[in-house]
Amino acid sequence: MFSYDFMQNAWLASTFIALTTGIVGVFVTARGMSFLAHTLSEVGFAGAAFAVFLGIRPLDGMLLFTITSSITVGRLSVQQSRREASISAVSSLFVGLGILFLSLSSASASYATTILFGSIIGISRSDVWQLLGLAAAVLLTLGFGYRHLAFDSFDAIGAQAQGVRRNLISIYFLLILAISVSIGAQIVGSLLVFILLTLPPAVAKYLGKTLPQMLVISVVAALIGVWAGLALGYYTNWPVTFFIAAIEFCFYFIALALHRWRLD
Amino acid sequence: MTDLLSVEHLSFGFHDRQLYSDLSFALKEGSMTSLIGANGVGKTTLIRLLMGQLRPQSGQIKFMPNMRLGYVPQFRNIDPEYPLSIRSFVQLNQLQHGFPWHTPKEKRQLDAVLAQTHLTARQHQLLGRASGGEKQKAYLAQALLTAPNFLILDEATASLDVNTKTELMTLVQELNATLKLTVLFVTHDLQLAKDYTQQYLLLTPKGHELRRTTEMDESRMPKELRPVTGVQ
Repeated sequence: MFSYDFMQNAWLASTFIALTTGIVGVFVTARGMSFLAHTLSEVGFAGAAFAVFLGIRPLDGMLLFTITSSITVGRLSVQQSRREASISAVSSLFVGLGILFLSLSSASASYATTILFGSIIGISRSDVWQLLGLAAAVLLTLGFGYRHLAFDSFDAIGAQAQGVRRNLISIYFLLILAISVSIGAQIVGSLLVFILLTLPPAVAKYLGKTLPQMLVISVVAALIGVWAGLALGYYTNWPVTFFIAAIEFCFYFIALALHRWRLD
Repeated sequence: MTDLLSVEHLSFGFHDRQLYSDLSFALKEGSMTSLIGANGVGKTTLIRLLMGQLRPQSGQIKFMPNMRLGYVPQFRNIDPEYPLSIRSFVQLNQLQHGFPWHTPKEKRQLDAVLAQTHLTARQHQLLGRASGGEKQKAYLAQALLTAPNFLILDEATASLDVNTKTELMTLVQELNATLKLTVLFVTHDLQLAKDYTQQYLLLTPKGHELRRTTEMDESRMPKELRPVTGVQ
């Protein structure tokens, strides 16, 4: 299967994606931002459709939309009382915009499917380099603010008591999340990128006891999911996204069962 | 002994109501003081002023030059599913270095604080599953990681049973003696104030008083602070 260029590209891309989403996802879950990650992926869909309309790369359109909207969407989601309604409103607007851009660009229906559900065929070597660059940028940025982000994510009240600048951390993480959503969508598609941002970290939450353990478990769960998904997709011709979703789903329930069993 | 903190003619209020107009008191280095008062009298506001989160309208708050403040907040949202162990939770407050990994020196500091707070044996327990007393010790340990010499405990014993309260307060007393920590203990519990702290600062809407706890006259305390079985 590695004799094909497209498989090599897909393999490399999915490795960087799993690394990024596995690590960033741990913080998404700890900060209770799964819902927001889902909204950003819909914003990403609109961005990709806009890119198709302009004739640029879908990833660039996604980055443009998710980064510019992340702060606003994040601010909306801070107020608990209004959170769900305002995020739903933003989601529907962007899904609508995505459909509009696709119809204006007269792109084929299969292109829409690719953006929504992902594809392993469309990834070129230059896309792989771009993904590598973005993943490295995200992880390095995360590394610089790691301790403050960890404190704020796992003990917001304690962090505030110690004078950690929570607003700054919040904006910093929203930008990281926006880029991660765009990166992750390249394999599993914008509709299901939140699988990679939420399920491996949920597995890690049940099985790990320290932050480094959680990061390792989350990355491993994400890597096994995308690698096995690619291999199974290659041999069965079924969609890779289906396999990734199914594998992560199984991991989640196995971890939940183990967690319950350990506590009893 | 020198004063760690001196508050002089402090006045502060919110737009609809004045909390203090001429608050003055001093805390000696190494002293243990209870801050008592009815709800809404301005205890939390006073702490926020001491922490520099609010500015006095007039008056001054002066600290000893090498003062390092540690604060243990009143509420924490730790649910039973909270994923981190006690050790990992305490460690969150090590912010001196930027690296994701911890240095051997930081690990030694962490070990020392866990030992001081009697958490060494329980450090790998999940915090979400720990007892109320262990949780409070973990919050305390987290604040101690920055090696403060002034510790503010905000209602630290409020949700604990009598035995656990005693255990926690004995620990605070120990820390006060071994680390020469100056302690400001916010509480509603007059008995704890008498048993474990040398003096109390009482805030009331009419004014304030700082006295030795041995001189405390419970019948003069605000109604809601008096013990249920106490003087009517």
